[in-house]
Amino acid sequence: VRPRSASLVTKVFIQRDYSEGTVCRFQTKFPPELDSRIERALLDQTVKTLNSYYVEAEKIGGQSYLEGCLACATAYIIFLCMETRYEKVLRKISSYIQEQNEKIYAPRGLLLTDPIERGMRVVSFTHLLPLSLSVQG
Amino acid sequence: MKNCEYQQIDPQALPTPTPTPPPHHGNDRDEKEQPRRPRRKWEVFPGKNRFFCQGRIIVARQSGVLPLTLGLILVTSGLFFIFDCPFLVRHLTSCIPVVGGVLFIFVVITLLQTSFTDPGILPRATPDEAADIEKQIDNTGNTSYRPPPRTKEVLINQQVVKLKYCFTCKMFRPPRTSHCSLCDNCVERFDHHCPWVGNCVGKRNYRFFYTFIVSLSFLTAFIFGCVTTHLALRAQGGKGLVFALQEMELVICFFSVWSILGLSGFHTYLVASNLTTNEDIKGSWSGKSGEDVTNPYSHRNIFVNCCSVLCGPMPPSLIDRRGFLPTDESAQTGSADIEVPALAAKSEINVVGGSSQLTIGLQEPFSHAPTPSQLPPNLFLNLTEALLLAVALTQSAAWLTVMSWFSFSCLMLSHI
Repeated sequence: VRPRSASLVTKVFIQRDYSEGTVCRFQTKFPPELDSRIERALLDQTVKTLNSYYVEAEKIGGQSYLEGCLACATAYIIFLCMETRYEKVLRKISSYIQEQNEKIYAPRGLLLTDPIERGMRVVSFTHLLPLSLSVQG
Repeated sequence: MKNCEYQQIDPQALPTPTPTPPPHHGNDRDEKEQPRRPRRKWEVFPGKNRFFCQGRIIVARQSGVLPLTLGLILVTSGLFFIFDCPFLVRHLTSCIPVVGGVLFIFVVITLLQTSFTDPGILPRATPDEAADIEKQIDNTGNTSYRPPPRTKEVLINQQVVKLKYCFTCKMFRPPRTSHCSLCDNCVERFDHHCPWVGNCVGKRNYRFFYTFIVSLSFLTAFIFGCVTTHLALRAQGGKGLVFALQEMELVICFFSVWSILGLSGFHTYLVASNLTTNEDIKGSWSGKSGEDVTNPYSHRNIFVNCCSVLCGPMPPSLIDRRGFLPTDESAQTGSADIEVPALAAKSEINVVGGSSQLTIGLQEPFSHAPTPSQLPPNLFLNLTEALLLAVALTQSAAWLTVMSWFSFSCLMLSHI
């Protein structure tokens, strides 16, 4: 029997905002559980930037039409060979999230999870509460 | 208390020779300690799907009548190329097999893409998310457990939309998402489960499906026209096996043209008004109840609707079939792990006997153990899908019977 210290984990979720339809957008409402951990402005900035990235990915405009028509003309085979614009933006998003984690969230003991890993349903914040426990038995 | 024998890990001493391939923490566990190869997520997928090519290809568990669809297309097109094309090339133009070939390739490729693509399956909620949702809606702070309410209302473009709670996937379904009982998955922008292609039709494969039925209607109409022309040009020669085969082609195409053209027309209407088959059947936006309801997703312009549905950006698959499971989740036992203070903090930490405020995930996130609180899925949805399936099966059975009767009678008649 040895005493050990364990870090216990809690998660905070920011849900999707469906007020503009099925477009991917997250709520900018500040979760009260993070009140003591991070400044409101920083979190707002992160969520707004993520939302703008998703808007860019799902934008229906000239380039997406071109991509769609070209794909249709080739019986959608180019989807197997080419990276779509959406996938390119997703890569930008994951590098942005990694950068934010390194600069802002890790120093405050938080970890931001990429929404794509949660089926685009939530932006989840994992935070570590240092706690020591001794286990007997 | 079980699982109490632990060693304090020393991060510097991690690369010790252990039989397990990922450097697992040196726990002194009494359970089996055999080397586990890292598993991919498709191997533990909870829905009723089958995977091929190491998770690259996904199909529904019941492939429906996909072999029949493929067989009919191949047989009819094969007969066309073998018997009609040589004659028509001689008497008309050599464009005919070219056009036929292009259409045939389009049809087969889009059919396979519709069948083998993830239609937009939503992964099930992790236990943490499910607990968080229940916490949010349990306003009274009551400790006695009640099942969460089934609906949540949101305002989308000034239209009230009810989001239903899915008891299987443990989340509120996003708008236009529906749970397919045949595949046991929530699918985004769920259109219908098509037994002819053996897969659901949803957000990601709707454009393939639409291209498939449109090109199939062109193909069947084209073959029908060519065979009629061929028979008309031959005029006198009306006997023999070749004639019987051509009659069979004619019969198949005749019945296909009407049903496929009808289906294409229906889906063109759906695309132009940005509706799904599911919404159309249920009458969600037709204002049957007398309220002033309009489709909140429509762009109010036919051209923009068509472009957004068919030429919009292609969303990625959310289920990440070929991703690896994190090693502690693939262990499938409720054990405690000691956190290594690094950025690899994504793994869940399971603690035996922890504090009550913390979310404790003792199950594997993909496990689907039926809980006593789980209510049966929405009956209306089951009925609609069952009805669609029954209609499709009855139609295909009747169609097969008529077709075989016709071709046999043609064969008999040709020998008189």
